[in-house]
Amino acid sequence: MEIFIAAVIAMAVIGLVLGGVIGITARLFRVEVDPRIELVAELLPGANCGGCGKAGCADFAKSVVTGENPPGKCPVASREQVAAIAQALGIEAGATVKKVAVVLCGGDRNQEKVQTLYNGVSDCVSASLIAGGPKGCAYGCLGMGSCARACPFNAIEVVNGLAVVHPRLCVGCGACVETCPRHLIKLVPRAAKVHIYCSSPEKGAAKMKVCSVPCIACRKCVKAGEEEQFVIDGFKVSVNYDAASLVGTDILGRAKCPTGCLLSETGHLKIEAAQTGEVA
Amino acid sequence: MGEVQQYLQLTIGAVLVYNFVLARFLGICPFLGVSKRLDTALGMSGAVIFVMTLASFVTSLIYNYLLKNPISLGGYSIRLDFLQIILFILVIASLVQLVEIVLQKISPPLYSALGIYLPLITTNCAVMGVATLNAKQDYQVGQATVFGFFSAVGFALALVLFSSLRERLELAQVPKPFQGMAIALITAGILSMTFIGFSGLC
Repeated sequence: MEIFIAAVIAMAVIGLVLGGVIGITARLFRVEVDPRIELVAELLPGANCGGCGKAGCADFAKSVVTGENPPGKCPVASREQVAAIAQALGIEAGATVKKVAVVLCGGDRNQEKVQTLYNGVSDCVSASLIAGGPKGCAYGCLGMGSCARACPFNAIEVVNGLAVVHPRLCVGCGACVETCPRHLIKLVPRAAKVHIYCSSPEKGAAKMKVCSVPCIACRKCVKAGEEEQFVIDGFKVSVNYDAASLVGTDILGRAKCPTGCLLSETGHLKIEAAQTGEVA
Repeated sequence: MGEVQQYLQLTIGAVLVYNFVLARFLGICPFLGVSKRLDTALGMSGAVIFVMTLASFVTSLIYNYLLKNPISLGGYSIRLDFLQIILFILVIASLVQLVEIVLQKISPPLYSALGIYLPLITTNCAVMGVATLNAKQDYQVGQATVFGFFSAVGFALALVLFSSLRERLELAQVPKPFQGMAIALITAGILSMTFIGFSGLC
């Protein structure tokens, strides 16, 4: 009987002492935390999966509050949850420009010459390391879908060897941007509906040899558009996303792009049909 | 046997011969759980080394001065060694909690470096294992602390090796039935077999 009582007393005393010590230290060493972090942590799914690259949801919430990560980087949160977090923080942070990812290349298997046969690991980085990849253009999309695998929202699809972004699904988290070894993916304002789908800095003639949809810097679009809607950079033209008035879809009819690299977002999704003139 | 030799045997035994993960099969959960990437493995290793050393020290104190010998209390002689497991769990859990609170205040960089791994270690059986082994081997406080530290180093070694292997496996073309955890377990088995090669060293 004594041993029974002694055990209970010993455990109770040790438990109370430890509990007391923890309680007192918690008081003494209390750290003031930004209340917004807790707010964001509550709005997050709480899966603690580490998919965002942070150690758990609390850590991610902190990085969202400090502005290190956009809330959309959470791969588990639904779009409503991401929107709720953005709204909760956005009230103080001010309105932000909604972005969307775009793959600035139009060279799928039919438009671009395939130079070599690649049988290695189906990964863009691996493919680009071997003699510049299988495709003729050293600046084009490799079509192995590294970006599509990185997308937490399944917004990128590889269609006929070309990565295309579904703007409806894309939240603009930017998870894909870094995965592209060719740096073809850009985050652009959601309001921009027309893009020049070419990123090659080579001369027009050189591009025409390997691809049927390059930008040859003919400047037809520049002339058709308003001032500062396009930027001419060496041997290619790109849309000026910082322009006061972004170029609209009406430019497609007026510019009459001879190669067909000036496309709307929907045109890029159906590049085959766009080339034959079925979709504007 | 000289003291230096004894400690040398203790350290080499803990790191290589009786490696916590690969020979004693303790702490398999974090071994498989956080070994996908090398940097998380390093974070976990740091946290485990920290906690295991501290836990061995505190639990061996408790074992040596409270549990090992009968306590005489008001004419009764009471042996409390049957409380070993529950007491160690209580102490380790409180210790980790305490360390976390203090660390958050005095060293935020270290706190954020250890991150989620620190509270996760509370339920790591390697920590409980080292406390129990210390008691079983009847180590003194100093020996127990050294043993705890080097056991954790052995754990870290296994974890870092394994995570490096798994990073390489990511790029390999694994047959479909073996993908994911299956190939990880096979790899762990092969790694364990290589460590068995150290047996008989001391």
